[in-house]
Amino acid sequence: MTHDTDILIVGGGLNGPTLALALAQVGLRSIVLDALPADVRQADGFDGRSYALALSSTRMLDALGLWGKLAANAQPMLQIKASDGRAGEGPSPWFLHFDHAEIEEGPMGHMLEDRYLRQTLLTAMSETPLVRHLPGSRVIAQGTGTVTLEDGRTLRARLVVGADGRASGTAARAGIKRTGWDYGQTALVCAIRHEKPHGGIAHQFFMPAGPLAILPLPGDRCSIVWSETHDMAAQIMAMSDADYLDVLRPRFGDFLGQISLAGQRYCYPLSLSIANAFVAPRLALVGDAAHGVHPIAGQGLNMGLRDVAALAEVLTDAKRRGEDFAASDVLARYQSWRRFDTAALAVATDTFNKLFSNDNPLLRAGRDIGMGIVGAMPGLRRGFIRQAAGLTGDLPRLLQGRAL
Amino acid sequence: MNTATNTVDDHEIAKFQAMAAEWWDPNGKFKPLHMLNPCRLDYITSQIAAEFGRDLTADAPFAGLRILDIGCGGGLLAEPMARLGADVVGADAAERNIPVAQVHAEESGLTIDYRHTTAEAMAAAGEQFDVVLNMEVVEHVADPQAYLTACQQLLKPGGLHICSTINRNPKSFAMAIVGAEYVMRWLPKGTHEWNKFITPNELFSLIERAGLTPVDRKGFVFNPITWSWSLSDRDLSVNYVTAATKP
Repeated sequence: MTHDTDILIVGGGLNGPTLALALAQVGLRSIVLDALPADVRQADGFDGRSYALALSSTRMLDALGLWGKLAANAQPMLQIKASDGRAGEGPSPWFLHFDHAEIEEGPMGHMLEDRYLRQTLLTAMSETPLVRHLPGSRVIAQGTGTVTLEDGRTLRARLVVGADGRASGTAARAGIKRTGWDYGQTALVCAIRHEKPHGGIAHQFFMPAGPLAILPLPGDRCSIVWSETHDMAAQIMAMSDADYLDVLRPRFGDFLGQISLAGQRYCYPLSLSIANAFVAPRLALVGDAAHGVHPIAGQGLNMGLRDVAALAEVLTDAKRRGEDFAASDVLARYQSWRRFDTAALAVATDTFNKLFSNDNPLLRAGRDIGMGIVGAMPGLRRGFIRQAAGLTGDLPRLLQGRAL
Repeated sequence: MNTATNTVDDHEIAKFQAMAAEWWDPNGKFKPLHMLNPCRLDYITSQIAAEFGRDLTADAPFAGLRILDIGCGGGLLAEPMARLGADVVGADAAERNIPVAQVHAEESGLTIDYRHTTAEAMAAAGEQFDVVLNMEVVEHVADPQAYLTACQQLLKPGGLHICSTINRNPKSFAMAIVGAEYVMRWLPKGTHEWNKFITPNELFSLIERAGLTPVDRKGFVFNPITWSWSLSDRDLSVNYVTAATKP
């Protein structure tokens, strides 16, 4: 039986190409099948999308030789302030303040615009002989270790990886069902330009309708993520830019001076969607294809990179032992490594969101006091910072910044 | 060849394929071996790499090495060695294992020389290897000293002998016989006879008397929390492995 490649990766977003580049470091060949055409992936304007990369994620990008090309365009997050607030009111006096000076490892994370990460991955793939990137390739069918493209070609590999998002066709075609629910909320995402410098401080306001995150970008710009009920979000999305800003202003406050839009506006209905299995015969799922969680803590991409790092490590170790790296017992090691983490984070973000998206005065008082207590206890606070920076749990080698 | 013979062959092959599937099912009859395998392979690959100066991060790191796997069964060790580039002979005294292992190697796209023979017969024929893998066999043979001497004769000077077995003490009786055969039913009852188990010191003596120089020993330790095996420098109380070289 001849194979077209070692690994077929369905999905050309961020996790798929990162996995291909990691596997190339250990001599494994990949084909990355991207449904989007090349010009869409290559677009170099700022479209308003950006990511909060945990420290462990930047270490991984560094281990893959990518961070050097990204660092100049990334904004270090030096502090995180979390507080309870209601539209039109200032933040509650009981707020949490996380400062990177409390952990030794440096900034808690970096903000990076989607365009820089996307383009760096594209360039790296084109410069890596073991990676073949096939843009505009839509998968219409799959078997065990094979996929069939729209143009009728069937490709064969030892392993198929689904990195095709929360509506993963790869998972569905493998008969993997999903568990999840709708949160009744839609996230609104945009980038804004503001008058005063942000000082590298990220803010998270817990509003009754849902959290509002203000994340610093290079220059006097921030990325905003806030959520509203589906109906309210639809109304806000239908507004003109000027009216949109009028809605945002009281939520945002005036601490950064005048604000204006600095890119497109996006909205994402919030839902939890976890695949009932992360592996099937000769198949593994990574990123949102395995687990789409509520983006409240900005952990979507970071969790995806954890999957990539864990899968790359399991496959590498199996290859070096001479095992068939796509055998079911090898893939089971990846699944058991990632499932516990995923379930824990899904439950934590879900509980956190339910607790904070609430206008019940008793709960408000309770969480104000709770946050004050966490804020007053340095040990507990350091724990939260390390968790947010992705430094806890059983870390794959790449997330420690080590080679595979 | 007439049609009738072909029909018989096809039937036989289907039977071997079914048996191979059984050998290679990680949750089937040979589950305990599959669970132990990554740990055994970690030891074997690192010992071979150290002894012969090979880099495990390279492709086909064992190219040019001739490796014998005694008691190869379905090929759980022979296939990884072939995948790492070695020239592999798999020997088993149980005749029915040979076609089963052959069928699976073919399905895996690997070339392995499987033979129905014994260590003693191969030594008498003057076969020579760089590495002899002697895993979970010595506790089943009638005369361990004669058997290990044959293994020594099969090695080229400077060759490496890797041998694992089960310790003899109350804990190994509880774990390997009561636990694995009666409680977990991982192994058929009667797979092991406790009085044939060998302590590490006894095994080192047998190996030395066979003309080999012991160079290393490690324990294979089962962790019931993570449900997996790992290597231990100190705990050789149940399953353990040794490495020895031929001067």
